[in-house]
Amino acid sequence: MSTTDLSSIPLKQRLAARGYDGLTLLCVPAILFLLALFIYPFLYGLVLSFEPKQGGMFANYQRFFSDSFLYGTIGTTLWLALPVTIATLLLAIPIAFRVRLMKNQRLLTTILVIPITLGTVLVAQGLLNYLGPQGWFNRVLITAGIISTPVKLLHNYWGVMLSLVITGFPFTFLLTLSYLSGIDPALEQAGATLGAGPWERFKHILFPLLLPGLAITFCLSFVQAFSVFPSAVLLGAPAGPTRVISIAAYQAAFEEYDYSMASAVAMIMGMVQLAIVVVVLAARGMLYRGPAGGGKG
Amino acid sequence: MVKDTRLSTKLWAAANWTLIGFFIVNLFGMIAAVVTSSFATRWLGTWLPAGWTTRWYSAAWAEFQLHDVLLVTFQIVFLVVAISGLIGVPAAYALARRDFPGKKLVMLLFLLPLLVPPITFGIPLATVLYQTGFAGQMSGVVLANLVPTVPFVILVMIPFIEQIDTKIESAARVFGANTFKLFIHVLLPLLMPGILAALLLVLVRTLAMFELTFLTAGPTSQTLVVALYYAVFAAGVRAVQSIDAMAVIYMITTLIWLIIALRFVNPTQIVARAKK
Repeated sequence: MSTTDLSSIPLKQRLAARGYDGLTLLCVPAILFLLALFIYPFLYGLVLSFEPKQGGMFANYQRFFSDSFLYGTIGTTLWLALPVTIATLLLAIPIAFRVRLMKNQRLLTTILVIPITLGTVLVAQGLLNYLGPQGWFNRVLITAGIISTPVKLLHNYWGVMLSLVITGFPFTFLLTLSYLSGIDPALEQAGATLGAGPWERFKHILFPLLLPGLAITFCLSFVQAFSVFPSAVLLGAPAGPTRVISIAAYQAAFEEYDYSMASAVAMIMGMVQLAIVVVVLAARGMLYRGPAGGGKG
Repeated sequence: MVKDTRLSTKLWAAANWTLIGFFIVNLFGMIAAVVTSSFATRWLGTWLPAGWTTRWYSAAWAEFQLHDVLLVTFQIVFLVVAISGLIGVPAAYALARRDFPGKKLVMLLFLLPLLVPPITFGIPLATVLYQTGFAGQMSGVVLANLVPTVPFVILVMIPFIEQIDTKIESAARVFGANTFKLFIHVLLPLLMPGILAALLLVLVRTLAMFELTFLTAGPTSQTLVVALYYAVFAAGVRAVQSIDAMAVIYMITTLIWLIIALRFVNPTQIVARAKK
């Protein structure tokens, strides 16, 4: 190119200079695929939810928020998802702090990954055997003299709650552990050198550094727990106390064949998840977000 | 770390280990209950069943048409693995090697299907797939399952590709390799461990993926986990033991692949990578 005139440089070279060339095109199939099967269905669902079978544009939403059988599912699901998320976090934090000090974490993490792999359906079937009135769990408690009659843990709130903790805990634990491993041990050692005990080191050094990571973990675990479906049907009481929002969406779509209403419920489900995530992330924005990785930050 | 010998510290450690132990004991208790029940002749109100038998396995095999279900399951799973590899690996390569305006948006597009739970996007997706006629048959199930697995492959592969020195590729170019040759002879062998790990995890994920398959499958395109759900859902019609036998078959198919996958990857690393 003898001239400095920009337009005389071929388009191909100008694009390449900005990072668009033949190689970049390799990600086009993936982008098109997700636009077609993720973004489009979402937008389609959003539009469909405003085109109800009968009534005006907002008829679906009006119906949802005026029928306690429908809007009640939000409360029911939150009442399951929030305690489950907090419980898994409270379990995961001390265990992650313990495991962090271990040299060989592989066996333990492998055991803890098993519930993710088995999935919710198998855990539900297992708990139906294990927690039943004649199951091993109740037998052990009765034999140990802790209780006199079997505890009812199935087909109610507790069955769903326990299955969600079992399937949700490994994920929460692995995330917490990986965030914790990102904190430079030198920071804690410095605290110890200056005379801080374990509790003080946790309170003043590790916990504040871990908190932003815990906020992300909370969001991800909550969103997973909020979309509970198979265990709420199999282990809970899907007609009453554990009629979660995904059951309402499923029934609208596949029992009443009202896809418009089903889309509206799915959109409401997404909105509630988004609202909680936004609140948690906004709170996270107020936390310390400086370097914790020592050298990398 | 600093050695601490105070009593309170030791008690706290003991409490933590009790917690871990309690979780693991209950987890294995639950799995053992399923396995025991699947071999039981009659198991009512006692610690262990009255007798042992393997007949529930043949009963389950016949009752639930497990031969067909397994065949369908593996066809779906292998299609999902192959296609997500074919779409995902090149995309990951492009994203690892090029920086372009709009890359952040593209990364967000790949992150969303992993963060949004399957049941939330599954219902609109199933609606679209039913209206286009894909749902109810195998192609619909495959398409639905690809939505989270393609981004998964991309996000797992990007760090793998980034750690390969670009000088190796330049050297191959200098010696006259075209993009295809470069890919087959240089990149593929170097990336093999990463691709294998990513695809094995996709395999395990797809085997265990209930929601998307459940929403899009028809009677002839059910995978094992969906068939298991229907069996548990309609419990009472059939003997518990034969459902448990089916659960054990499902458990074995999944765990074998998990063990193979874990030989190649450390679960904490995967999570650490995915969060970037």
